[in-house]
Amino acid sequence: MYNAYFLPSPMTPNECITFDPEKCIGCNTCVDVCRCDVLMPNPEKGKEPIVMYPDECWFCGACVSDCPKGACRLNHPVNQRIAWKRKETGEIFRVKYSYMK
Amino acid sequence: MDFRRFLMEKTQFKWPYPVNYEKENREECDVLVVGGGLAGAFAAINAAKKGARVIVTDKGAIVRSGCAGTGIDHWGNAFTSPCSTNTPDDMLTSPGDPYSPEFARYIGMKESYEAALELESYGMAIRDEKDEFKGAPFRDEETKLMFAYDYKNKHTLRLPGGEQMKPVLYKEMKRLGIKMFDRVMTTSLLTEDGKQGGRVIGATGVNTRTGEFYVFSAKSTILSTGKPLRLWDFATELVGSNAHHDDPNSAGDGDVMAWRAGAKLMMMDRTHSTSAGRRYPAYMTGNMDNTWRPASIVDATGKEIPWEDRDGNILTSVEERNKVGEGQKMMSAGGSKVPYAMRAPTLIHDLQQRIESGEYKMPFYADMTNLPDEERRAVFGLMLGNEGKTKVPVVETLRNSGFDPEKDMLQANVLPPEYMGKDEPWWDVKYPGIGGPNIRDTSFIGGGGLVVDWSLKTSLDGLYAAGNQIAGFSGASNAAATGRYAGRNAAVAAGKVEQLPVSEEQIAEEKKRVYAFVQRQEGYGWKEIQFGLCRIMQDYCGDYRSGEVMEMGLWWLNSIRENELANAVAANPHDLGKILDVDNRLTVDQIVITQSLSRKASSPRMGTVRLDYPENGDNCGYYQTLRQENGETVVEELPFYYWREEGSCREAYEKHCCL
Repeated sequence: MYNAYFLPSPMTPNECITFDPEKCIGCNTCVDVCRCDVLMPNPEKGKEPIVMYPDECWFCGACVSDCPKGACRLNHPVNQRIAWKRKETGEIFRVKYSYMK
Repeated sequence: MDFRRFLMEKTQFKWPYPVNYEKENREECDVLVVGGGLAGAFAAINAAKKGARVIVTDKGAIVRSGCAGTGIDHWGNAFTSPCSTNTPDDMLTSPGDPYSPEFARYIGMKESYEAALELESYGMAIRDEKDEFKGAPFRDEETKLMFAYDYKNKHTLRLPGGEQMKPVLYKEMKRLGIKMFDRVMTTSLLTEDGKQGGRVIGATGVNTRTGEFYVFSAKSTILSTGKPLRLWDFATELVGSNAHHDDPNSAGDGDVMAWRAGAKLMMMDRTHSTSAGRRYPAYMTGNMDNTWRPASIVDATGKEIPWEDRDGNILTSVEERNKVGEGQKMMSAGGSKVPYAMRAPTLIHDLQQRIESGEYKMPFYADMTNLPDEERRAVFGLMLGNEGKTKVPVVETLRNSGFDPEKDMLQANVLPPEYMGKDEPWWDVKYPGIGGPNIRDTSFIGGGGLVVDWSLKTSLDGLYAAGNQIAGFSGASNAAATGRYAGRNAAVAAGKVEQLPVSEEQIAEEKKRVYAFVQRQEGYGWKEIQFGLCRIMQDYCGDYRSGEVMEMGLWWLNSIRENELANAVAANPHDLGKILDVDNRLTVDQIVITQSLSRKASSPRMGTVRLDYPENGDNCGYYQTLRQENGETVVEELPFYYWREEGSCREAYEKHCCL
């Protein structure tokens, strides 16, 4: 399957909040604690919320803190990721999320 | 047809909340609190405890709203705790700083610890009850209180339960029967007979989910909104968490409502240069100051950069990094730019030159591996794990990525040697010019706001201010303390007056203004106008200002209001809230330029260079206040330290504290 959708360009950042659909019960707690109303309830009841206004996210993490199921993750934009060094070995690591190598 | 219009017509999904534009909800109370952050929550609770019927409104969700919504790691000014070596009266300096409201600071010092005890009584941990830090040099063994930075004078508390601050306050507000309105953006203050300058008797609001209209009648109103931000730089799109430190809902709503009602404002032109999106998430890059004290900094080759005390003596132990000088009453973050009396130990003063000579090589790293275990756990757990903008964004993100503070060294962001050599938090990148010329912002610390008296009453009867809304004032514990104090004063005053009828004409006019944006099908979206306003502020109210340039700026702002803003469109109640934010920022822009224009002097304290008035006017002996009367701007002078007319801080506090 190749993509060809009738859509505008993605907003930046567009991956600020992601959900694990296996864990999310669609309770919308995250929707109701978000100061910026970034999230909207899914039109399909019981499903994870829609990240409607990702560009308005303040990255405060209230959605992650208050999620009863640990289903919600905050992802810093690509230009906000930092590295560190393991003192003993000199190896370099970086901020990464579960899909990364 | 633009794509939004296309989607409006074709989308199969409806707005998820019931929409009822224009529908009126009328509510009545003794004390109305506008903004439910720290100041507002403490104000509401303390007004209710005085017997007042209280309503709180907030644009966001009160349970997590405000700058401290997701937590606070340290709590300043706890001068009345049994551990503090100094009292609030010890900390008053003579002659003082006219641009820092001494009376509000005094209230902060008198009630910061009381506010912490209040939080404890609602169920938030303020002590190391679990004995996780037993024997640590920053812990008082008797009270189990823990302190940050200055381990000798002990007046900045570390809060082991800080992350739960707002949920705990929210629960208490519910218990007290306080009526809370989430997602209701307050749009205007109602005044007696609808007249500018009249007694404030309530407010109007709009719900940003349903579009419904609210009319609140109140005997006293407290403004506890945030400072106006993002006036020069509004790049939501690429900068993420680094955008700004404050809550993005801070559009200056309080200042604008007060201005339109006729209240006096001052110091509205206080600005500083900022990063224009060059920041990293707060506290997320290697650093040794503030929360990261006393972390070691090593260079790319592993060489440690020495620390020195305020007199330039090299420090040989980690312990000395939290030690004040002989007779020193307090230490403040910010390195060598801090006055000597408050200067803290920091990295060597000639670091810049030693980077330039090649002695130290970038990138640098914050190394906590060799810190005493309790210091490492204090920085990475107790502190970063309770501060709102770091618990999930920094600690959870780094831990989930495999960072281990016992083994790993966090990289500092790479900046010019001149900046690396300054003792600023490096993630902040608040280096003049680094974001480009003319990128400024209203001051997060000590910015402008409302003129208030010893009761925290503004120049309008019935209107009070707390926290960031007070001119020249900021800080979390200060917000809590002044919230308590304003709440009590507003409640006592409400007990002495009758509720006045609201002006239907004033309400009708406000409804017309608010709902115009949702009656159009096509037009400008809020963001394009906001970017346009930022360009005006950059060009006409930037690093260098002059009369002609600022007059041109005001002309542009008026023109944008009459043209682009008059043709702005909101697709739904959320969008409506955003366009009302833009409308407010436009008004704040006008106030900022007007204040800067009428100052007729350069002002290092306000961060203003006037090319046409180069001389420093900071010691003129008065504040310049602004207000509106019959729609015209009135500029007046108010003597420095006007609050001292009431006598000493101790006398005036006792007279007005309502305890």
